[in-house]
Amino acid sequence: MVDKSIIGTEMGGSHMLVEQGKVREFAKAILDDNPVYLEDDPPVPPTFTMAMAHWPAPSGGQGQGLSKLGLDLMRVLHAGQEYEYLGEIKVGDKLTTRSQISDVSEKEGKRGGTMTFVTSETTFTNQRGEDVLIARTILVQTSKAAS
Amino acid sequence: MDRVSAHFEDLTEGDEITDWPPIENISRSHFVRYAGASGDFNPMHHDDTIATKVGYPSVFGHGMFTAGVLSHYLTDWVGAGNVRKYAVRFKGQLYPGRTLTIKAKVTKKYKDGDENRIDADLEVVDDQGSVLITGSATAALPSRG
Repeated sequence: MVDKSIIGTEMGGSHMLVEQGKVREFAKAILDDNPVYLEDDPPVPPTFTMAMAHWPAPSGGQGQGLSKLGLDLMRVLHAGQEYEYLGEIKVGDKLTTRSQISDVSEKEGKRGGTMTFVTSETTFTNQRGEDVLIARTILVQTSKAAS
Repeated sequence: MDRVSAHFEDLTEGDEITDWPPIENISRSHFVRYAGASGDFNPMHHDDTIATKVGYPSVFGHGMFTAGVLSHYLTDWVGAGNVRKYAVRFKGQLYPGRTLTIKAKVTKKYKDGDENRIDADLEVVDDQGSVLITGSATAALPSRG
Protein backbone atom coordinates (compact mmCIF):
# COMPACT_ATOMS: atom_id res chain seq x y z
CA MET A 1 0.00 0.00 0.00
CA VAL A 2 1.38 3.34 -1.03
CA ASP A 3 0.14 6.47 0.67
CA LYS A 4 -1.77 8.84 -1.63
CA SER A 5 -0.17 11.74 0.18
CA ILE A 6 2.93 11.22 -1.97
CA ILE A 7 1.09 12.93 -4.87
CA GLY A 8 2.96 16.15 -5.52
CA THR A 9 6.25 14.88 -4.13
CA GLU A 10 9.12 16.48 -6.06
CA MET A 11 11.44 13.83 -7.55
CA GLY A 12 14.30 16.10 -8.54
CA GLY A 13 15.61 16.84 -11.99
CA SER A 14 18.39 16.34 -14.48
CA HIS A 15 20.08 17.96 -17.49
CA MET A 16 20.81 16.70 -20.98
CA LEU A 17 22.54 18.12 -24.04
CA VAL A 18 20.87 16.56 -27.09
CA GLU A 19 23.80 15.12 -29.06
CA GLN A 20 23.61 14.07 -32.70
CA GLY A 21 25.48 10.81 -32.10
CA LYS A 22 23.06 9.82 -29.32
CA VAL A 23 20.07 10.59 -31.54
CA ARG A 24 21.50 8.35 -34.31
CA GLU A 25 22.36 5.61 -31.82
CA PHE A 26 18.86 5.74 -30.35
CA ALA A 27 17.17 5.70 -33.79
CA LYS A 28 19.23 2.66 -34.75
CA ALA A 29 18.35 0.89 -31.50
CA ILE A 30 14.61 1.22 -32.24
CA LEU A 31 15.29 -0.10 -35.77
CA ASP A 32 14.42 3.26 -37.34
CA ASP A 33 16.26 3.74 -40.63
CA ASN A 34 14.59 7.07 -41.44
CA PRO A 35 17.33 9.10 -43.21
CA VAL A 36 16.07 12.25 -41.47
CA TYR A 37 18.14 11.20 -38.40
CA LEU A 38 21.31 11.31 -40.48
CA GLU A 39 20.76 14.93 -41.50
CA ASP A 40 22.32 17.86 -39.68
CA ASP A 41 19.23 19.17 -37.95
CA PRO A 42 17.07 16.12 -37.20
CA PRO A 43 14.04 15.87 -34.96
CA VAL A 44 14.46 13.33 -32.17
CA PRO A 45 12.54 10.03 -32.00
CA PRO A 46 9.37 10.23 -29.85
CA THR A 47 10.84 8.19 -27.00
CA PHE A 48 14.38 9.64 -27.24
CA THR A 49 14.32 11.18 -23.77
CA MET A 50 14.45 7.64 -22.33
CA ALA A 51 18.18 8.09 -22.97
CA MET A 52 18.31 10.39 -19.94
CA ALA A 53 15.75 8.55 -17.78
CA HIS A 54 18.41 6.38 -16.17
CA TRP A 55 20.83 9.11 -15.26
CA PRO A 56 20.98 9.70 -11.56
CA ALA A 57 19.44 12.95 -10.39
CA PRO A 58 21.40 15.13 -7.97
CA SER A 59 18.84 14.05 -5.37
CA GLY A 60 20.06 10.45 -5.58
CA GLY A 61 18.53 8.86 -8.67
CA GLN A 62 15.12 7.51 -9.56
CA GLY A 63 15.49 4.21 -7.69
CA GLN A 64 16.44 5.84 -4.41
CA GLY A 65 13.60 8.35 -4.81
CA LEU A 66 11.07 5.54 -5.30
CA SER A 67 12.32 3.65 -2.26
CA LYS A 68 11.81 6.78 -0.16
CA LEU A 69 8.17 6.83 -1.32
CA GLY A 70 7.57 3.38 0.11
CA LEU A 71 7.76 1.46 -3.18
CA ASP A 72 9.45 -1.95 -3.16
CA LEU A 73 11.54 -1.97 -6.33
CA MET A 74 11.52 -5.79 -6.49
CA ARG A 75 7.75 -5.65 -7.02
CA VAL A 76 7.65 -2.65 -9.37
CA LEU A 77 7.09 -2.99 -13.12
CA HIS A 78 6.87 -0.39 -15.88
CA ALA A 79 3.15 -0.41 -16.74
CA GLY A 80 3.01 2.40 -19.23
CA GLN A 81 4.52 5.55 -20.67
CA GLU A 82 2.88 8.70 -22.05
CA TYR A 83 4.22 11.73 -23.91
CA GLU A 84 2.77 15.13 -24.74
CA TYR A 85 4.88 16.98 -27.30
CA LEU A 86 4.55 20.69 -26.62
CA GLY A 87 7.40 21.85 -28.86
CA GLU A 88 10.33 20.62 -30.92
CA ILE A 89 13.43 18.98 -29.45
CA LYS A 90 16.45 19.38 -31.72
CA VAL A 91 20.11 18.39 -31.66
CA GLY A 92 22.03 21.00 -29.67
CA ASP A 93 19.18 21.69 -27.25
CA LYS A 94 19.98 21.69 -23.56
CA LEU A 95 17.07 20.13 -21.70
CA THR A 96 16.35 20.51 -18.01
CA THR A 97 13.84 18.27 -16.29
CA ARG A 98 11.76 18.43 -13.17
CA SER A 99 9.69 15.48 -11.96
CA GLN A 100 6.94 14.93 -9.47
CA ILE A 101 4.51 12.19 -8.49
CA SER A 102 1.28 13.13 -10.27
CA ASP A 103 -1.05 10.24 -9.44
CA VAL A 104 -1.48 7.19 -7.21
CA SER A 105 -4.30 4.68 -7.66
CA GLU A 106 -5.15 1.11 -6.73
CA LYS A 107 -6.82 -1.72 -8.59
CA GLU A 108 -7.64 -5.31 -7.66
CA GLY A 109 -5.48 -7.68 -9.71
CA LYS A 110 -7.03 -10.43 -11.84
CA ARG A 111 -5.26 -13.09 -9.80
CA GLY A 112 -5.93 -11.53 -6.45
CA GLY A 113 -3.93 -8.96 -4.57
CA THR A 114 -3.89 -5.22 -4.96
CA MET A 115 -1.96 -3.42 -7.66
CA THR A 116 -0.79 0.10 -6.89
CA PHE A 117 -0.18 2.43 -9.84
CA VAL A 118 2.16 5.37 -9.35
CA THR A 119 2.56 8.02 -12.07
CA SER A 120 5.63 10.20 -12.17
CA GLU A 121 5.42 13.23 -14.46
CA THR A 122 8.52 14.87 -15.91
CA THR A 123 8.52 18.24 -17.69
CA PHE A 124 11.37 18.97 -20.13
CA THR A 125 12.35 22.62 -20.61
CA ASN A 126 14.81 23.82 -23.27
CA GLN A 127 17.56 26.43 -23.08
CA ARG A 128 15.07 29.17 -24.06
CA GLY A 129 12.83 28.36 -21.11
CA GLU A 130 10.18 26.69 -23.30
CA ASP A 131 8.45 23.55 -22.01
CA VAL A 132 8.83 21.12 -24.92
CA LEU A 133 7.74 17.76 -23.49
CA ILE A 134 5.74 16.21 -20.69
CA ALA A 135 6.55 12.54 -20.07
CA ARG A 136 4.59 10.33 -17.67
CA THR A 137 5.95 7.05 -16.39
CA ILE A 138 3.35 4.71 -14.91
CA LEU A 139 4.76 2.14 -12.50
CA VAL A 140 2.80 -0.69 -10.97
CA GLN A 141 3.62 -2.38 -7.71
CA THR A 142 2.12 -5.83 -7.38
CA SER A 143 1.24 -7.23 -3.96
CA LYS A 144 3.57 -10.18 -4.63
CA ALA A 145 6.97 -10.31 -6.32
CA ALA A 146 6.75 -10.20 -10.14
CA SER A 147 6.84 -13.64 -11.70
CA MET B 1 13.54 15.14 -45.90
CA ASP B 2 11.23 13.48 -43.44
CA ARG B 3 9.28 10.61 -44.84
CA VAL B 4 5.54 10.62 -44.35
CA SER B 5 3.13 8.17 -45.91
CA ALA B 6 -0.17 9.59 -44.60
CA HIS B 7 -1.96 12.74 -45.65
CA PHE B 8 -4.99 14.12 -43.89
CA GLU B 9 -7.27 13.90 -46.94
CA ASP B 10 -6.53 10.21 -47.43
CA LEU B 11 -7.61 9.03 -43.98
CA THR B 12 -11.09 8.28 -42.66
CA GLU B 13 -12.20 7.47 -39.13
CA GLY B 14 -12.20 3.70 -38.75
CA ASP B 15 -9.38 3.12 -41.25
CA GLU B 16 -7.20 0.22 -40.14
CA ILE B 17 -3.62 -0.39 -41.14
CA THR B 18 -2.68 -4.05 -40.92
CA ASP B 19 -0.18 -4.39 -43.78
CA TRP B 20 2.94 -2.83 -42.24
CA PRO B 21 5.89 -5.22 -42.65
CA PRO B 22 6.52 -7.33 -39.53
CA ILE B 23 9.89 -7.43 -37.79
CA GLU B 24 11.05 -11.01 -37.77
CA ASN B 25 13.33 -12.87 -35.39
CA ILE B 26 13.87 -10.39 -32.60
CA SER B 27 17.19 -11.25 -30.95
CA ARG B 28 19.15 -10.60 -27.79
CA SER B 29 21.31 -8.24 -29.83
CA HIS B 30 18.30 -5.96 -30.27
CA PHE B 31 17.88 -5.78 -26.48
CA VAL B 32 21.60 -5.17 -25.89
CA ARG B 33 21.70 -2.38 -28.46
CA TYR B 34 18.65 -0.76 -26.84
CA ALA B 35 20.22 -1.14 -23.38
CA GLY B 36 23.26 0.79 -24.61
CA ALA B 37 21.26 3.50 -26.37
CA SER B 38 18.85 4.05 -23.47
CA GLY B 39 21.17 3.36 -20.55
CA ASP B 40 18.69 0.81 -19.16
CA PHE B 41 20.89 -2.09 -18.04
CA ASN B 42 18.29 -3.98 -16.03
CA PRO B 43 19.77 -7.52 -16.21
CA MET B 44 16.34 -9.02 -17.06
CA HIS B 45 16.99 -7.76 -20.58
CA HIS B 46 20.48 -9.20 -21.19
CA ASP B 47 21.40 -11.80 -18.52
CA ASP B 48 19.66 -15.18 -19.02
CA THR B 49 21.10 -16.52 -15.75
CA ILE B 50 19.37 -13.86 -13.68
CA ALA B 51 16.15 -13.84 -15.76
CA THR B 52 15.66 -17.62 -15.47
CA LYS B 53 16.55 -17.59 -11.76
CA VAL B 54 13.53 -15.39 -11.03
CA GLY B 55 11.25 -17.53 -13.19
CA TYR B 56 11.25 -16.03 -16.68
CA PRO B 57 11.87 -18.47 -19.59
CA SER B 58 14.72 -16.22 -20.82
CA VAL B 59 15.67 -12.57 -21.06
CA PHE B 60 12.94 -10.35 -22.51
CA GLY B 61 12.97 -6.98 -24.20
CA HIS B 62 12.62 -3.59 -22.55
CA GLY B 63 9.02 -2.40 -22.83
CA MET B 64 10.45 0.86 -24.14
CA PHE B 65 12.35 -1.03 -26.88
CA THR B 66 9.03 -2.27 -28.28
CA ALA B 67 7.48 1.16 -27.63
CA GLY B 68 10.38 2.69 -29.58
CA VAL B 69 9.90 0.29 -32.50
CA LEU B 70 6.19 1.11 -32.48
CA SER B 71 6.98 4.84 -32.41
CA HIS B 72 9.01 4.59 -35.61
CA TYR B 73 6.14 2.93 -37.46
CA LEU B 74 4.08 5.86 -36.18
CA THR B 75 6.60 8.47 -37.36
CA ASP B 76 6.99 6.74 -40.75
CA TRP B 77 3.23 7.05 -41.06
CA VAL B 78 2.61 10.61 -39.81
CA GLY B 79 6.06 12.27 -39.90
CA ALA B 80 8.71 12.50 -37.21
CA GLY B 81 7.90 16.09 -36.23
CA ASN B 82 4.12 15.65 -36.35
CA VAL B 83 3.40 13.49 -33.30
CA ARG B 84 1.55 15.48 -30.62
CA LYS B 85 0.79 12.70 -28.11
CA TYR B 86 1.99 9.13 -27.77
CA ALA B 87 1.00 6.71 -25.01
CA VAL B 88 1.64 3.01 -24.46
CA ARG B 89 0.57 0.35 -21.98
CA PHE B 90 2.72 -2.74 -21.56
CA LYS B 91 0.68 -5.94 -21.76
CA GLY B 92 3.18 -8.73 -22.37
CA GLN B 93 6.85 -9.55 -22.65
CA LEU B 94 8.86 -9.75 -25.86
CA TYR B 95 11.03 -12.88 -25.99
CA PRO B 96 13.93 -13.58 -28.38
CA GLY B 97 12.91 -15.30 -31.62
CA ARG B 98 9.50 -13.67 -31.79
CA THR B 99 8.13 -11.69 -34.73
CA LEU B 100 6.49 -8.32 -34.13
CA THR B 101 3.45 -7.09 -36.02
CA ILE B 102 2.24 -3.51 -35.68
CA LYS B 103 -1.28 -2.29 -36.37
CA ALA B 104 -3.00 1.08 -36.27
CA LYS B 105 -6.57 2.33 -36.46
CA VAL B 106 -7.74 5.90 -37.02
CA THR B 107 -10.24 6.66 -34.25
CA LYS B 108 -10.85 10.38 -34.83
CA LYS B 109 -10.17 12.97 -37.53
CA TYR B 110 -10.57 16.65 -36.65
CA LYS B 111 -9.29 20.23 -36.76
CA ASP B 112 -7.47 21.62 -33.75
CA GLY B 113 -6.74 25.30 -34.36
CA ASP B 114 -4.97 25.35 -37.71
CA GLU B 115 -3.80 21.74 -37.44
CA ASN B 116 -5.36 18.75 -39.20
CA ARG B 117 -5.27 16.08 -36.55
CA ILE B 118 -5.98 12.41 -36.17
CA ASP B 119 -6.16 10.19 -33.10
CA ALA B 120 -5.16 6.57 -33.58
CA ASP B 121 -5.11 3.36 -31.58
CA LEU B 122 -1.94 1.31 -31.87
CA GLU B 123 -1.11 -2.30 -31.09
CA VAL B 124 1.95 -4.56 -31.11
CA VAL B 125 1.37 -8.32 -31.21
CA ASP B 126 3.82 -11.20 -31.47
CA ASP B 127 3.61 -14.36 -33.57
CA GLN B 128 2.17 -16.33 -30.61
CA GLY B 129 -0.85 -14.03 -30.66
CA SER B 130 0.16 -12.19 -27.48
CA VAL B 131 -0.56 -8.48 -27.27
CA LEU B 132 2.66 -6.79 -26.11
CA ILE B 133 1.56 -3.16 -26.23
CA THR B 134 -1.65 -1.23 -26.65
CA GLY B 135 -1.17 2.42 -27.40
CA SER B 136 -2.61 5.61 -28.76
CA ALA B 137 -1.33 8.63 -30.60
CA THR B 138 -2.39 12.08 -31.74
CA ALA B 139 -0.74 13.56 -34.82
CA ALA B 140 -0.96 16.74 -36.91
CA LEU B 141 -1.00 15.56 -40.51
CA PRO B 142 0.21 17.32 -43.62
CA SER B 143 -2.26 18.07 -46.40
CA ARG B 144 -1.85 17.30 -50.08
CA GLY B 145 -1.56 20.39 -52.17
